[in-house]
Amino acid sequence: MAEETRTQAAAGEGGGSSGERGGERRGPRGATGPGGREAGRKFFRRKKVCKFCVEKIEAINYKDVRLLAQFVAESGKIVPRRLTGVCTPHQRRLSTAIKQARNIALLPFAGRAS
Amino acid sequence: MNRTYELMFIVRPDMPEEDQDKLISTLETAATSAGGSVKGVEKMGKRRLAYTVRKFHDGLYILLTVEGAGALIHELERRLRVSEPVIKFLTVRIDEEQKRLEKIQKIRAARRQASLAAAPEQGGEAAAVTA
Repeated sequence: MAEETRTQAAAGEGGGSSGERGGERRGPRGATGPGGREAGRKFFRRKKVCKFCVEKIEAINYKDVRLLAQFVAESGKIVPRRLTGVCTPHQRRLSTAIKQARNIALLPFAGRAS
Repeated sequence: MNRTYELMFIVRPDMPEEDQDKLISTLETAATSAGGSVKGVEKMGKRRLAYTVRKFHDGLYILLTVEGAGALIHELERRLRVSEPVIKFLTVRIDEEQKRLEKIQKIRAARRQASLAAAPEQGGEAAAVTA
C-alpha cells in the first residue's frame, strides 16, 4: 500500500517539474495514455515480488552468505523492502540473518567485503 | 530442557589441524559432562573475514551442532572466550526454526498430495466435457 502511493507520488513530482516547462505537451500524451493516473508515468514499473515467496525459500540462514549478499548494499547496509520487494515476514528473517552473519564476520558491518 | 544450538567459531588461520581437533574434543567432553551432546562437527575451512578481527584477515570456521540446556552453552562460551586461538564465536538456537521448517514442509507435502488427488478428477471431468 505505502509503496504504491510513494511511487505514484514520485511519478507525480517528476511530471510536475516537466509540466512547468511544457504544460501543453502533456495534453496529447495524457489522452493516449492507458489511464488518467498512469499518464504522467514515463515507463511501466513492474510489480516487485518477494524472492523468498516465489522461489519458496523457507530457510533464511546466516551461513548462506551468497543468498544474504543479494540483499546487502555495496556499503554493507541492508537493502530496504521497498527496493527489493521482499515481503514483511521474510524481510524480518532476512534482517536477523544478516545481523547474525555480520557478527561472525561473514558479512561486513560497513564497507565492501574484501 | 534440551535445545539445539549451532555454535560457530573462528580460530586463527595459522592453527594446526591437530590443535583444532584437540580444541573440538575438549569442547565435546565439556558438553557431555554437562549433560549435553555434540551432534555434529563441521570444519568449514579457511575463509576471508568481512572485517579484521584481532588483526586477522582470514580465519578457520568451525561449526558445532550442540544439544543441551542453556547452562551448557554458557560453559562452552566461557571456554571459547578463554581459549586464545579462538578469535570470534556465535551461538544460535536452531530448534524452533527447525520445528517451523518441518511444519511448513508437512503442510506443503499435504497440499501436494491433495492437489494430486484432485487433479485426476478434474482431468476426468474435462475428458467428459470434451467427449
